[in-house]
Amino acid sequence: MNLTLRDFDWHRWRLVILGGAIIGTILICAIFAPWIAPYSPYDLDVMTMLQSPSGEHLLGTDELGRDLLSRTIFAARISMQVAFIAAGVGLIFGTLIGVAAGYFGGLVDLVLMRFMELLFSFPAILLAVVLMASLGTSILNAMIAIGIVFIPGFSRLARAATEVVLREQYVESARAIGMSHRRIVFVEILPNILAPLLVEAAVAFSYAILLESALSFLGLGAQPPEPSWGNMLNTGRGFMTQAPWLSIVPGAAIFLSVLGFNLIGDGLRDVLDPHMKE
Amino acid sequence: MITLSGVGKVFGQKRMFGGSSEFAAVSNVSLSVARGQTLGIVGESGSGKSTLLRIVLGLIRPTTGTINIDGQDIATLPRRDEKAFRRKVQPIFQNPASSFNPRQSIGAILRAPLEVHDIGTRQSRPDRVAKLLVRVGLPVDYASRYPHQLSGGQKQRVAIARAIILEPSIVLADEPTSALDVSVQSQVLELFRETREAMGLTSIFVSHNLAVIRQVSDTVAVMRLGRILEMGRVDDIFANPQHEYTRALIDAVPDHAAIMARS
Amino acid sequence: MTEPRQHALPDGLPTLRIRDLSIEFQRRRGAPLRMVDRVSIDIWPGEIVGVIGESGSGKTLTSLATLQMLPNRAAIAEGTIHLDDIPLQDRSERDMRALRGDRIALIPQDAMQSLNPTMRIGRQVGEPLELHSGLSSQRARQTVRKLLEAVHIREPEKRVQEYPHQFSGGMQQRAMIAMGLALNPQLLIADEPTTALDVTVQAQVLKLLREIRDDKGASIMFITHDLGIVAELCDWVYVMRNGQIVENGPTRRLFMAPQADYTRMLLDATLSIHTKPGVAQ
Repeated sequence: MNLTLRDFDWHRWRLVILGGAIIGTILICAIFAPWIAPYSPYDLDVMTMLQSPSGEHLLGTDELGRDLLSRTIFAARISMQVAFIAAGVGLIFGTLIGVAAGYFGGLVDLVLMRFMELLFSFPAILLAVVLMASLGTSILNAMIAIGIVFIPGFSRLARAATEVVLREQYVESARAIGMSHRRIVFVEILPNILAPLLVEAAVAFSYAILLESALSFLGLGAQPPEPSWGNMLNTGRGFMTQAPWLSIVPGAAIFLSVLGFNLIGDGLRDVLDPHMKE
Repeated sequence: MITLSGVGKVFGQKRMFGGSSEFAAVSNVSLSVARGQTLGIVGESGSGKSTLLRIVLGLIRPTTGTINIDGQDIATLPRRDEKAFRRKVQPIFQNPASSFNPRQSIGAILRAPLEVHDIGTRQSRPDRVAKLLVRVGLPVDYASRYPHQLSGGQKQRVAIARAIILEPSIVLADEPTSALDVSVQSQVLELFRETREAMGLTSIFVSHNLAVIRQVSDTVAVMRLGRILEMGRVDDIFANPQHEYTRALIDAVPDHAAIMARS
Repeated sequence: MTEPRQHALPDGLPTLRIRDLSIEFQRRRGAPLRMVDRVSIDIWPGEIVGVIGESGSGKTLTSLATLQMLPNRAAIAEGTIHLDDIPLQDRSERDMRALRGDRIALIPQDAMQSLNPTMRIGRQVGEPLELHSGLSSQRARQTVRKLLEAVHIREPEKRVQEYPHQFSGGMQQRAMIAMGLALNPQLLIADEPTTALDVTVQAQVLKLLREIRDDKGASIMFITHDLGIVAELCDWVYVMRNGQIVENGPTRRLFMAPQADYTRMLLDATLSIHTKPGVAQ
């Protein structure tokens, strides 16, 4: 029953492929920004400020004469980095904590989960702001702060999934063979809880971008002259009537990336779920 | 070889203001299994038979009583001896659908016990696995397949392979054929019998199916609500059940041979 | 090859007549998969018919087709199903709903899954009555109590107020049977109703089904993989394998002189509590 041909089930993976295409494009922009962007994102030219989209500046210029298209492309770097690092931090630490709580139970579970609930009870943005207040306002700190915001959510998911897998007979069999705790966790449990965690991670990516935008909007996170979609939105606010494109473009960029990640997340959920029914 | 004395297991806790959620899954069970023999434990749901099996496997600690396996009291087994114990006593579980890690290939699943107990080398293990697959009647290339690609009967064969790969002296089976089709069931039971004989295994076979118990056991214990009601040689129990519950069980089974003979 | 059939009426119609029924499963790519192939089954009034087969034999699909409750991708490719003189195979959903519960009732395998955990037993068992008969709730309550008595649930006035989780497995199954009986159906389709039950409880349920046939003259289609049950309960047996009927006949004849190899294989493989290992039957 080995699939030797390339009879790939396109239909089943359609959402993931679509979302993947969007994110793939954004990633390429982010990685190859210096080669793709027509101008440098920092080049000021007060003479050409607030120009509407034209042949020379495809998306127009901002209040300091910088090419909007180039700034948007470079800003993708920030957003993608934040998305991956924050989601990564949340996923790794959240899973560690959740699996430990689920596997060992008892006091470990009690202490870990109460602490998670404490973090969870803060509204995301508030928590991120508080964390950055103590860590300092750099992009790296923004990524860590957002990652920390995600940890409780992942830990809850990982713990629930671990509890389900613990009841499965193959874990009992593993114990009966005399397998060590470490091996059981890494070989029997982790691979089998990966599915819901990956789906959550996809959603976390999109949420990370939104949070970063909010943080830079508030003046934390990426500092000028670094372009980030969030701080571009912030400055664009002041020029809504004169130069609406300054808000629309970064807004559209955020929308597309969130859409892309959500499509991947939804698609993964569909792929992994009705697996059983067919 | 296996001796249980006054074994009991109570689940739940006493509550603070009177009353409790405690219940005794197993009460005062004493039995023994001679080397090379098979004890069949028969009982309906809630009889405690599966809990008892897990106690003997060392997966659940008994609340009372002693369990003596080949001279060792496993209830008080020190940690470092646990692993050696596990080599001697292996389980075969019921549900083929969930007995294996879906993410591991059959080969990996069978190699695992060898790896855990440091038997053989990376080169020699696949060989041993291959020989074992042949022995349980499966093609050697199944080692690269995954559990979902196997039928229920094939999975139970792998379960038997996994149970014997460490060459244990004792095998404890919990309803290994209950989820299988009738035609497959007899094949798997036959494999179990062959293996038992070839390896001189001592075993305990738990089931709610009286016909299977009759087929497989040398001695039988009838359990109900955590207690053993009756125990003895299989032919005696079936021909001359002493306890009325045993009689009720035997009468309740719709048996086509008896019915055809009767009418 | 017509063997004498006790319940057959020389001038009448069978309660259920399935003729050359084929069910196909639509795959996303490739030709449709034929799961049931030209199956013909007759069930006469007051007859208990056993449909025996292993997993994948198509026995459950056949029963679902009768109720027009096939899963999404499956459909009747050819053949007819008649309840008395009413054709079922093309019947509209609305018309089927009128029949379900009223003239054909299903007793599913796992009662616990089929019962609504948040609805009291009394109300659930009475649901068919509400839907089909429009009885006043007073009369419905009385009928429900009588039904629970009929299935030997003790203290029905008390049980009526309870929730499914307060019932034991056997009682849940009997409650499902009560629900099935509510409107006095002509045909009861029981799909492995005792598989999840203890053997002593199973014996009671089988006895109950026989009573229902004796007292109300209902026909029963009993789907199972257990030859012992068939021997005890059924008048006529159909043996299914891979979507086809391999053999059918009166129970006694089938067991004593099976004609198909598959039937013989099933009989040989079935363990009896009275045989010793290694002794041929």
